[in-house]
Amino acid sequence: MSEASSQKVVIVGAGPAGIRAAATLIEAGLHPVVIDEGHRAGGQIYRRPPDGFVRTPGQLYGSEAAKARALHACFDKLVEAGRLTYFARSSVIAVHDRRLHVLEEGCLHVIGYDRLILATGASDRIAPVPGWQNAGVYSLGAAQIALKAQGVALGRRIVLIGSGPLLTLVGAQLLKAGAAVTAVLDTSSWRRQMRGFPGLAARPIVALRGLALRARLGGRYHAGVTVECIEADASCVTAMRWRDPGGRQRITPCDTVGMGWHLRAETHLADLVGCAFAYDEQWQQWLPQTDAMGRAGNGVYLAGDGARLIGADGAEIAGRLAAMACLTDLGHAASPVQADLRKLARLKRFACGLACAFPWPAEMVRTMPDDAIVCRCENITAAAVRDGADFGGGEANRVKSLSRAGMGRCQGRYCHLAAVELVAAQSGCASRDVGRFRGQAPVRPAPVGAFLRED
Amino acid sequence: MNTGRIVRLAERDRVEVQFFLDGEMRYALAGDTVLTAMLAPGHALRKSEFGPEPRAGFCLMGACQDCWVWQEAGPRLRACSTPVTGGMRLRTTAPESWP
Ligand code: FES
Repeated sequence: MSEASSQKVVIVGAGPAGIRAAATLIEAGLHPVVIDEGHRAGGQIYRRPPDGFVRTPGQLYGSEAAKARALHACFDKLVEAGRLTYFARSSVIAVHDRRLHVLEEGCLHVIGYDRLILATGASDRIAPVPGWQNAGVYSLGAAQIALKAQGVALGRRIVLIGSGPLLTLVGAQLLKAGAAVTAVLDTSSWRRQMRGFPGLAARPIVALRGLALRARLGGRYHAGVTVECIEADASCVTAMRWRDPGGRQRITPCDTVGMGWHLRAETHLADLVGCAFAYDEQWQQWLPQTDAMGRAGNGVYLAGDGARLIGADGAEIAGRLAAMACLTDLGHAASPVQADLRKLARLKRFACGLACAFPWPAEMVRTMPDDAIVCRCENITAAAVRDGADFGGGEANRVKSLSRAGMGRCQGRYCHLAAVELVAAQSGCASRDVGRFRGQAPVRPAPVGAFLRED
Repeated sequence: MNTGRIVRLAERDRVEVQFFLDGEMRYALAGDTVLTAMLAPGHALRKSEFGPEPRAGFCLMGACQDCWVWQEAGPRLRACSTPVTGGMRLRTTAPESWP
């Protein structure tokens, strides 16, 4: 065995980035380990339904069907040929000393690595809206997963709110499948969306496809709205209250609200493994730092939406590049990467256009009512976070320990950005100046029993 | 027959699976997650421990942990990422034996 192939490379995540990284390593003769939370590889965008479901890739993935099919086939073939070791339904909950602590079916085991490729993806970027703690409020991603992986709608009358490509896409997909979507409310105005145009022009076909989807929403789509609150009775959501751009109050009855403001990179493991983070003005969130290939230092590589929010096509390229960087560092001959880097740069221009067109609703969060819930895990209010900032000063982690926002079961995934925004507003500074919540293991809750049984 | 939150739009020709929800027998389809199975006849998965409102999941991707539900015996499970299996006995509230 050569020196390089005796090195253990572990990939976390089997979406587009993770799969392409694995394939690239295998082509060079390595046998990587792939750990993924899904029941089947594919990630979120190319998520596969359980066995026995019959919709075709065309029905499931629309214009992206060929890519989805190719990616799934690539991974399945490698697994079948025994070219990689695959842990499905497994969550990495901690990293320490080049060892991953992996939770699989309630049991904890440890997997060591020499090199680590993190392809952990992204999830919806959530801004709290008064009433969002009620049953029947979901992320936009959830609505899409329900449709793709289960063939269901999460309610009988659905309103979608937020901003970003997913807002339009989920709306169009639900309508096409026969769900009752009654309104799609975009907090970004048409004028603001036009500001993204120069970047969006980097992928004219994708941009046009987005507009075509938007057209399918017809009069349900409203740009530049102000969302006010989600009304609910004792059992579930009953209506969405909002204002149109002219300031008129509107009430749309519904039993379900899907919400999301574009995406948030999933960075907990990058944090635990010691990656440097910087506040990214463009994306209005903290992101881990890498070189152009995805090197984060210390034998760690980042690829896909978990590092930069450039979407599935970009994730495939970034996965390949991260694997090539890893191979080069292991002493393999370097492969040409210029073409991939160029493609990635174009995708990044497009992604920046999206970020500009569909911004984080900072003002809405800064002015949210005191009694509105910020942390959905433990029903912590905006007032509690503001009090924390008054008492502890404008530093995110101090407010976290004072208010408990960010310490609930989701580990701050859905309140972090809003809590930080509130702390900044209360202290009269910019979001970047109050820092970010530090990640803490376990990054997924683990049953106590799992620690007792640890091998 | 279906009066709950979930509306089945596709993949309706799967075999039925029997399970129990708060002691009552219910039917789901093979391949359903526990979340789908519970919200097809029902409206919520559990009560919030921190407020008056019931909860019905949020992210469906194993990230928010809003969907933990009780089993009559044994540990809780994450409804959005656990497939329903025949004979499962699920509850929307904690079992009496819970301390
Ligand atoms: S709904 Fe978020 S973890 Fe299940």
